[in-house]
Amino acid sequence: MADVAIPRAKPQMSEANAWTQLKHNRNWLGFWFMVPAMAFLIFFLAYPLGLGIWLSFTDARIGRVGQFVGTENYEWLWDDSIFWLSVFNTLLYTFVASALKFAIGLYLALLLNEHMPFKAMLRAMVLIPFIVPTVLSALAFWWIFDSQFSIISWSLKQLGLINQNINFLGDTTWARISVIFANIWRGVPFVAITLLAGLQTVSPSLYEAATLDGATRWQNFRYITYPLLTPIIAVVMTFSVLFTFTDFQLIWAMTRGGPVNATHLMATLSYQRAIIAGQLGEGAAISSAMIPFLLAAIMVSWFGLQRRKWQQGESND
Amino acid sequence: MTDLPASKIDLKAVISTPARVDNSEGMSYLQSVPRRLVTLYLPLTIIVVVLLFPFYWMALTSVKPDEQLLDLDKFNPFWTWNPTFKHFQKLLFESYYPYWLWNTMYVAICATILSIVASVFAAYAIVRLRYKGANLVGGLIFLAYLVPPSILFIPLATVVYQYGLFDSPLALILTYPTILIPFSTWLLMGYFKTIPFELEECALIDGASRWQILTKIVVPLAIPGLISAFIFCFTLCWNEFIYALTFLQSTSNKTVPVAIVNEFVDGDIYRWGSLMAGALAGSLPLVILYAFFVEHYVSAMTGAVKV
Repeated sequence: MADVAIPRAKPQMSEANAWTQLKHNRNWLGFWFMVPAMAFLIFFLAYPLGLGIWLSFTDARIGRVGQFVGTENYEWLWDDSIFWLSVFNTLLYTFVASALKFAIGLYLALLLNEHMPFKAMLRAMVLIPFIVPTVLSALAFWWIFDSQFSIISWSLKQLGLINQNINFLGDTTWARISVIFANIWRGVPFVAITLLAGLQTVSPSLYEAATLDGATRWQNFRYITYPLLTPIIAVVMTFSVLFTFTDFQLIWAMTRGGPVNATHLMATLSYQRAIIAGQLGEGAAISSAMIPFLLAAIMVSWFGLQRRKWQQGESND
Repeated sequence: MTDLPASKIDLKAVISTPARVDNSEGMSYLQSVPRRLVTLYLPLTIIVVVLLFPFYWMALTSVKPDEQLLDLDKFNPFWTWNPTFKHFQKLLFESYYPYWLWNTMYVAICATILSIVASVFAAYAIVRLRYKGANLVGGLIFLAYLVPPSILFIPLATVVYQYGLFDSPLALILTYPTILIPFSTWLLMGYFKTIPFELEECALIDGASRWQILTKIVVPLAIPGLISAFIFCFTLCWNEFIYALTFLQSTSNKTVPVAIVNEFVDGDIYRWGSLMAGALAGSLPLVILYAFFVEHYVSAMTGAVKV
């Protein structure tokens, strides 16, 4: 199939000089076409990725090139309780937020898949939290969760459920709940809309056949929807886990890691150590410590994709 | 088979109506109305209200007079009868807000155009030139998509400093494509695969060069995909925070998200009005863009996860 693409190159082969080679040879042409994208990705992605790992083995500071210090940064972090707290926070944040995003997102996708009036408009409205810049909606949450003028506290007081304001972002437990809630709020539309796209590819005749055979709604979901949706769930959740794990902006806009580091994630801690305190090496060590977790998530994605191909009998294209 | 004309007419009707329009009720007649109310409309309403409430709150706060903002007992906090545009006025005429908007838009448009051009070439080469190792490069680009900015910003900060780009919009214009290129290449690869190969074959036989094929056949046919990629990249740029926070320093150079977080958050208890006005004004351009291109937006989002 691919050989059809170069019918011109063959007859000219005999008189091919270097220039026509460069112009018509598939591999050279491919190379020229890849140059712009590759230049960006090598200079600003691959090189910094390597540089970051190198920096984590040096004592670099802002304005000073570091000396190689071996694993000193990592040893230092190993004994740093704040670092371990941030690892715990990151894992808690990722697991709780991702699990709830998945549950609510799937539920919302199933609801939106029903026939109802104003379906298109509803779908469009659901996606709005995803397109509004995270920092700006985080500021709205900051105001909603204000210690004195929180609308939630006010409403609960009016209903007589509580007597005094909840200190949403000042209390460690409430702060964690608040940022996780904001993260779920932002992530649900993405999960819901992508799963909805997957749901729409499931043929309705499967449900009709199953219903005729006496299947309940739960059985319809469990034995038709869920198995057919598994591949796309794997991909969506990998993305969701990945971006939750490396989240920075939501936390930075709402709590900056406080109170008493209760909401510090690894990303915010590395920013604080590297840019604010100037310890580039230590910050780089913290962000490099995220890589194993990310690799694990990517492996999950990889196996999810394998399964998709196997299920749909697609060729490797 | 006997009523051939009738079936022909039916076929025509089926073809001429768009496939998406489906007015049949499906299996929903199996459920009674009260049951649908409880299992469908009630939860849907709750979720949609929760999803949209922060925007309502943002908009309401930005037009409330200051005294109403802080006195929840004398005034009903959920509505205001005398809206004011004082906060917006302050934003536009007494702060750098217009500069920040301009910076954000400038950076987003430049970075998006750069990325789309690079991605069109890369995606075409991977899908259609199929050079040696194209599959491997495609896989690597997908992996690049999964590298988050949070682990790159520290080394990138030193790189940006070395190249003398610190505190310049160029730093963002050159680093944002690392987020955008993997995504849009992946999206465009999907689009290019749907363009019939035969069109290119014909053009090749007629003596078109690869460049002519790309600009005269492939790109015009992939316009919907390009629009999707464009608006999604634009949104990602507008949303980007950590690079802009790290690489920019002077107040007038900042982008909207960074500037609002850093410059508006002071000790003033009356800051909420202008803060929310700033957040609203920073979100509106994207929401308006989104309103015009909902379908493209959704296809970009689902195309990105379709592997």
